[in-house]
Amino acid sequence: MAPSGTRGAAIDIRAVSKRYGNFAALDNVSLHIEPGEFMTLLGPSGSGKTTTLNVIAGFTEVSSGALEVGGRSVVGVPAHKRNIGVVFQHYALFPHMTVARNVAYPLGLRGISGAERERRVNKALDMVKMVDFGHRYPSELSGGQQQRVALARATVFDPPLLLMDEPLGALDKKLREWLQLEIKRIHRELGTTFVYVTHDQEEALVLSDRIAVFNQGRIEQIGTGRELYDEPATLFVGKFIGDSTILRGPAATSGGETALDIGGQKVATAGRLANGGTPVMLLRPEKLALARPGATAENGRNRLSGRVGEAIYLGSGSKYEVVLADGSKAIVRSGLDAESFAIGEEVDLLFSGGDAKLLADDATADLTLT
Amino acid sequence: MKLPSRILLGLFCLLVAVWLVAPTFVVVPMSFNEKKSLAFPPDGFSWQWYHNFFTNTDWSSSFFSSLKVATVTALVATVLGTLAAFGLDRMKSRASGVLRALLITPMVVPGVVLAVGIYAVYLDTHLVGTMTGFVLAHTMLAIPFVIIAVSASLEVFDRRLEVAATSLGASRLTAFRTVTLPLIAPGMLSGLLFAFVTSFDEIIVALFITSPYLKTLPVQIYSSITRDADPTVAAVGTILFLVTSLVIGAGLIIGSRQGRR
Amino acid sequence: MAGSDIAATGGRTASAPAAAGEPRRRLSGGPFWLVVPALLLLVAVLGLPLAMIVMRSFAEPRWGLQNYFWFFGTPVNLIVLQRTFVISAWVAVVCLVCGYPYAYVMTAVGPKLRLALILCVLVPFWVSGVVRTLAWVILLQDSGVINSVLRGLGLGSVRLIRTQTGVVIGMAQVLLPFMILPLYSVMKTIDLRLVQAARSLGASPARAFLQVYLPLSLPGVYAGAIIVFILALGFYITPALLGGPRSTMLSTLIQNQVLSLLNWGRGGAMGVVLLIATFVLLAIAAPLMRQPHRQGERR
Repeated sequence: MAPSGTRGAAIDIRAVSKRYGNFAALDNVSLHIEPGEFMTLLGPSGSGKTTTLNVIAGFTEVSSGALEVGGRSVVGVPAHKRNIGVVFQHYALFPHMTVARNVAYPLGLRGISGAERERRVNKALDMVKMVDFGHRYPSELSGGQQQRVALARATVFDPPLLLMDEPLGALDKKLREWLQLEIKRIHRELGTTFVYVTHDQEEALVLSDRIAVFNQGRIEQIGTGRELYDEPATLFVGKFIGDSTILRGPAATSGGETALDIGGQKVATAGRLANGGTPVMLLRPEKLALARPGATAENGRNRLSGRVGEAIYLGSGSKYEVVLADGSKAIVRSGLDAESFAIGEEVDLLFSGGDAKLLADDATADLTLT
Repeated sequence: MKLPSRILLGLFCLLVAVWLVAPTFVVVPMSFNEKKSLAFPPDGFSWQWYHNFFTNTDWSSSFFSSLKVATVTALVATVLGTLAAFGLDRMKSRASGVLRALLITPMVVPGVVLAVGIYAVYLDTHLVGTMTGFVLAHTMLAIPFVIIAVSASLEVFDRRLEVAATSLGASRLTAFRTVTLPLIAPGMLSGLLFAFVTSFDEIIVALFITSPYLKTLPVQIYSSITRDADPTVAAVGTILFLVTSLVIGAGLIIGSRQGRR
Repeated sequence: MAGSDIAATGGRTASAPAAAGEPRRRLSGGPFWLVVPALLLLVAVLGLPLAMIVMRSFAEPRWGLQNYFWFFGTPVNLIVLQRTFVISAWVAVVCLVCGYPYAYVMTAVGPKLRLALILCVLVPFWVSGVVRTLAWVILLQDSGVINSVLRGLGLGSVRLIRTQTGVVIGMAQVLLPFMILPLYSVMKTIDLRLVQAARSLGASPARAFLQVYLPLSLPGVYAGAIIVFILALGFYITPALLGGPRSTMLSTLIQNQVLSLLNWGRGGAMGVVLLIATFVLLAIAAPLMRQPHRQGERR
């Protein structure tokens, strides 16, 4: 196997827009991908992630902006001259060719024949553990098998960049999880740059070095999974990645502190919104704690009263949905050793101000969630 | 390189479309010709050929014969064809494949060969120039179209719906009447229309089994064309084109309404 | 309603001799009776006539093979037979060349334009076939539209009416829908992402078309070509009206033998030759028309 990290191409997308009439499928998108990196484009359907992939692959021409792959501009270069591997959502295996001929197809186009072609087809099929299926037709394979063949076909000609468009979208959960690990392994073995499109945030967290979150044709934030979870730049990102509780209410800013009024109770956190907008607080489930009303709590913690609406036992702990005084819902995760609460019970919701993320309210964050 | 090839392709298609449609429209101006000639472009303007069509008994009687034959044929073919399509659908075995191929053969048997054979049989059974003779032959020719149309709707018909209806308390007959029939009705209707058109437009068999007492419209048109240059033919063509366009247009509108629902 | 009545009776008839607990038998016996009425009609108005022709080709004026010896021993017949095949082949080629791009465009355009294109294909169907042929007579005649245009462009006139070219033009227009519809129904099932995939793997547009799109559309090509060819073999009205003595096709010859010369034996023999040619072609082509590799995945 080639040493990892040396064979991938860098991608530089600078201020790329794609307009269809008045509609902007991509609106001034910039994204730099390091050689050998696993970059996931994450977002709801219609957010521009697939358009970005099509732009890189050459299936869609940009309206404006610059696009470089491996330091070379590819604007105007037709798809077949870009030397980029693509794995499609519905596999796109040629139904009139056997598995082996499918995989050999790009080699034939590159003038590789005879023993060398056979060796590379075998190597690629071996990588995806499909060597024994070379003589079969795609229609004789299961979805997972077809996807592995598609992966072999897209990598057999050693492209420095591999694009994958929701490749696991049509598969069931078990198979998906197993193939995610396979894709990770193949990424390690090949050292190729991977650009992966998905709307599944868990999948993005499992696979990626970095994630670019798309919304309405723009990139909301680029970062590692941890950065996106702990430090979401926008409310949309915070809601799209992981579970979250959003506190909304009349805001008051004094000094370096922002306070919200939630159904008559005040919660406060340090800091203020830099760019204006209506502040809201975003809280992760594990940063919230539940207590019986009146129980003593550490100083300086925010306290909101509510009622348990739903209690779910998860094995590794419990998950509660708490209805607050203003009717909004909070999601709380507690460990195994934590106190347990029953549905309908009055509870207090506790959190420290430092754990609350102060973000600008954004109506589209609610609408575009899938 | 991309754009010019697209334009070329579009132009080519336009040409093909014109080629497909143009002959239809040539007939329209001819029907208003003032002279008794089929030279193009026509001279002057007159309604006389339409007048001739409605008053000349040769034309009107052949028109009504065609209408009668086609109506009876369409009804009989729809019933027989629908039954057969159902039978084939429920068989789902190798036998159904063979039977289906057999029932569709009228479409590929060369018309003249068939016509000669039918003529021979009808001479022996005294069916030449009879309504029964026409209806039998035309029904045989039309059944394939009904089978194809009804089979197409049966293919997309989910038979679990019938089972579901039965589970909700419908008898097999009620389930058929209230669930199956409404869902395959569009297929039956298009089969009926195809059968009607097949009969109304059929000429080869008709040319052989026609008699002075029973002549269908296509036979009348054919003999008119071969006899002299009579623009009444163009008038007939225009009327037929208008009527069928109206029927099909109405069908399209109804179809798209149903589709939207 | 009538359908399920017969289904029920048919079911009872079929299962009566069998033991009561055999629902399978009822299912396989019942549907057959639904097909019987159509089959009976087919036997009476198709089977019997064809049998009659075959018999007369051997039996008239006396038993033997004389009609076939006559057919294959007379040069004119062989010329007409050959011409019938050549004209049919030309018609199929013209239809394919015109129909393939047309059907492709039908799959590629938006729904409104597609409806317009489909209507253009269907219009010929709803205008009386004889009237349509009349239109071609008008268009193709020496003083007709096409020649006027050619003369207007200074290209001189071409003799079209009563020539093979005229016959091919007229027949191809009548038969083009039979080429376009099967092509379209196959092409619309072709996943265009396969072409994209080929492009991403390094195939130029032309190669992607030749190696991926074309092979996948072949079932439609075979189906369309064979239907057009077979229908063209039996064409009668168009060649009779547009053609001249040098473009006579077999059907006209058959009609002439039976109706003018009252020679049923010779006419029958010619009919049998045409019939056999048709079915041999169908038998050869049938396997080609199946779509060998169904797209879509098994889970």
